Amino acid sequence: MSRLPDFQAAKWDEPVVMEMGRPGGRGQIFPTPEDEVLASVGDDLIPDAMARKDRSILPEITEFEAQRHYLHLSQMTLGMMGVSLFGTCTMKYNSKTSEYATLRPELADVHPYQHEDTLQGVLSIMHEFDGILRSLSGMDQFIFQAGGGADAAYTMVALARAYWKDRGMLGQRTEMVTSAQSHPCNPATAAAAGFKVVNLPLEENGYPSLDALKAAVSDKTALIMLNNPDDMGIYNPEIKEWVRVAKEAGALCFYDHANFNGVMSKLSARELGFDACMFMLHKTFGAPKAGGGPAVGAFGCSDDLAPYLPTPVVVKEGERYRLDDNRPKSAGKVREFWGNVPQVVKAYAWARGMGSEGIKLASDISVVANNYMDKRLSEISGIAISNPDVKSYRMEMTRWSLGPLAEETGIGTVDFANRMADYGIDPWWMSHEPWIVAEPFTPEAGELWSKEDIDLWIDVVAKIVEEARTNPEMVKTAPHNQPVAQVKGDVFEDPTQWAMTWRAYQRKVMGDEKAERGAA
Amino acid sequence: MPTEPRPASSQSHPWMALSAPGAIDDMLEYIGAPSVEALFEQIPADHFRKTPLDLPPALTSEVELKRDLVTRLKKNENCEDNLSFLGAGVWQHHVPAIVDEIVGRTEFATNVWGSYQSDHGRNQTWFEFSSQLGALLNLDVVQLPVYSWGCASGHAIRMAAKITGRKKVLIPQLSDPERMSVIRTYCQPQEMESAIEVVLVAADPTSGRLDLNDLKSKLGSDVAAVYFENPAYLGTIETGAAEIAKLARAVGAETIVGVDPISLGVMTAPGDYGADIVTGPVQPLGVHMHCGGGAGGYIASRDEEAYVRSYNGFLVSIAQTLEPGQHAFGLACPHQNSYGMREDGNDWTGNSTYLWAIAGAVYMSLLGPEGFAEVGRLIVSRARYAAKLLDAIPGVRVVWPDTQFKEFVVNFDDTGKSVAAINDSLREKGIFGGKDISGEGLGVGQSALYCVTEVHTAADIQRLSASMKEVLS
Repeated sequence: MSRLPDFQAAKWDEPVVMEMGRPGGRGQIFPTPEDEVLASVGDDLIPDAMARKDRSILPEITEFEAQRHYLHLSQMTLGMMGVSLFGTCTMKYNSKTSEYATLRPELADVHPYQHEDTLQGVLSIMHEFDGILRSLSGMDQFIFQAGGGADAAYTMVALARAYWKDRGMLGQRTEMVTSAQSHPCNPATAAAAGFKVVNLPLEENGYPSLDALKAAVSDKTALIMLNNPDDMGIYNPEIKEWVRVAKEAGALCFYDHANFNGVMSKLSARELGFDACMFMLHKTFGAPKAGGGPAVGAFGCSDDLAPYLPTPVVVKEGERYRLDDNRPKSAGKVREFWGNVPQVVKAYAWARGMGSEGIKLASDISVVANNYMDKRLSEISGIAISNPDVKSYRMEMTRWSLGPLAEETGIGTVDFANRMADYGIDPWWMSHEPWIVAEPFTPEAGELWSKEDIDLWIDVVAKIVEEARTNPEMVKTAPHNQPVAQVKGDVFEDPTQWAMTWRAYQRKVMGDEKAERGAA
Repeated sequence: MPTEPRPASSQSHPWMALSAPGAIDDMLEYIGAPSVEALFEQIPADHFRKTPLDLPPALTSEVELKRDLVTRLKKNENCEDNLSFLGAGVWQHHVPAIVDEIVGRTEFATNVWGSYQSDHGRNQTWFEFSSQLGALLNLDVVQLPVYSWGCASGHAIRMAAKITGRKKVLIPQLSDPERMSVIRTYCQPQEMESAIEVVLVAADPTSGRLDLNDLKSKLGSDVAAVYFENPAYLGTIETGAAEIAKLARAVGAETIVGVDPISLGVMTAPGDYGADIVTGPVQPLGVHMHCGGGAGGYIASRDEEAYVRSYNGFLVSIAQTLEPGQHAFGLACPHQNSYGMREDGNDWTGNSTYLWAIAGAVYMSLLGPEGFAEVGRLIVSRARYAAKLLDAIPGVRVVWPDTQFKEFVVNFDDTGKSVAAINDSLREKGIFGGKDISGEGLGVGQSALYCVTEVHTAADIQRLSASMKEVLS
């Protein structure tokens, strides 16, 4: 057992910024318009009907006060400064080289509507990276417009609409078929795009049966959307047959490669028969997550679907790169411009830093490390692996259950997550909804962490299991050395108490009616 | 004498601790597996890829990787070395150095989802983003930003459709085709049963503002929402905003207004002229243009349950903790989004642009009420000055002068030259002319949309004017 760290999080007791400062405090001062500007046009130029009369109630603080305040807040964010084995998110090192490169004016101060001649550098990176993803997936064209994995799923359903519209069958192909355990973004985007969602239930072996699929697909099916492996760490070995069955019914097949880390370099979505796939550059490809974006869902598809892609598409003609906007059958845009370009550059940097061999090794390591964890976790009493009948080695992550311990001690997965941070360990990922196993948690080791990191993580789990038995009240009231005590959730569903802004809080909780209006 | 480099297998890759010699073998031994390959037993043999991976050579050394990145990026021209007047969705505004420092903090750049306690600092920063933006908008609810302004507007229109049970939205004909394309994607092709019909409302040709008579003729009890922007796509200030909101309310429609938040030190808060839902870009609040990657879009509304229950993403609420008197933060209504309800949730959500909420929080705290007033006055003065100088050039005409905030339409019909040709010539002089909007179907002839902000000095504007004269002579 590792020596567990005697950890104490930073606790600055930082006020909400709205409470800070004093009248006249300034953190940024702008120049006054030049004399010739004033002489020519003056500076009172907003039509009276639209001129702001009240003074906005913002804090008035100096530059250093702002810097110190937000540095304090950053220090009260664990980030991945602990050990974060956050399943489904594939925690990786986010290279500072690529952070610095993308902050240079050569990218940060570039406008997407600049003439193509002035964008050849960034276009070359996007084209090269398109090529890297083509090699990894077998697809024919990638775009980066989608602002995350869910947005790439949305790209797929928008594209499916355009595809079926082009065939005059949009009124007939109205259904999307997926697994009940697929990422929520797949059914949710399909529903938002107007498709009826058919969820296939999981069987004992961890995935829906082929028979269930056969019963579900028909000439109404517009597309199927699948993850494989799923979050249990189980690979559906019938996936090729699934694709064949779906295509026989005419449906499009989309591979949500959210869980790509364990199979990268091993599988090719196109060879398995898929028409399109998605990679999350902020997960598998080493771009930072930043608490939820800016992210990129890189969307790739076959030549058959390429005419329906959102525009623009980066293409190379001779030695020159160009933005191709001329796609009359395009599904339309899912987001303005061509994507979170700095994140694409970071993902390119990651892929170049790894190379073919590095990527293959990372995939191997992620599966080795997960199975090492499985073995060690299986030796802790009170926790149970999901789908216990599946005896094979799992892929790069495994869904576990704290169900037995919860029944024994009353300590569940949320309590556990709260307590983990007390040891400087990032709280674990539990599960997407719906929870199929009781009190779930889902570690994913990836290729970043050392054996010592992973051992520490498991030792902390073992320690908290012990605490659940010896001192459940302490675990129930955790955390105890974080920036704040356990947050009470009672306001979050209560319209009379929730407060999404300081002004709402003042009005509702502090009873300050002035907060509704400007100070004037 | 140089020593032989160590073979790759005897040292780790800098980004993979377990690639150190022996580490995998140690784990395999513990697992009791004979080989790495054995662990992939779930995958049928015929599923493994047949084509070998064909990636460019690895650049494992940071020296080489940095060289590659910088060499490539330097083939770009940028808006620091050149004088740029491009806007239309992302704009060149000043980014305070502290904003870059804070968004670059590793804890903020790398975090994902911990507990409310371990994420406390980030969650407070998010709450401060919403609180400060709410103070500018005079609205009580601000959601964390979605992917972009167009996406925010798409969601807002879908919120309105859900709230009213109607399936038609009225949108100005003079709208940004980029945002419109996104909005149309969100409203769906008309063949879909749940489609929201997009009906365009004409502009008053003398002002560029919404034609209220055309609006009235299209408003009815089947309209879910009227959407307009203020300032509008072509830079005009919509002085009829309160009247539009009143007309919409009279037929039970929602008023959705797209608002650039950097205008709010000088322009009326949309919460004060009847907006029900407000959307807008977050990029002006301390985010670099990032070649369009700086985009992000906020959604805000009054604190009424019907609105709050229809948001798609993350609403951060202040809350109490087990320690009396202590406050912290968490997600309000966490079960109504797609994480909680899959296809039955409101639209969908996922990773978004939340780092830009942090940028925005820092930015707004640095400016304060006076900073916003100051930057607003500076922008509008310099924009009007630029419009005036350009309008004075023979053949050049500013369409709708004296009505704009930071962007304005410059028409070149009487010069006999196309915007494309003019911009090519300007570029040779180190100037990026305004966005060519001639082909956008807006009925403005050969025109460009110019953007002037606080980063453009009078001397820059004079340089533009002088260069334009040369180009047109």
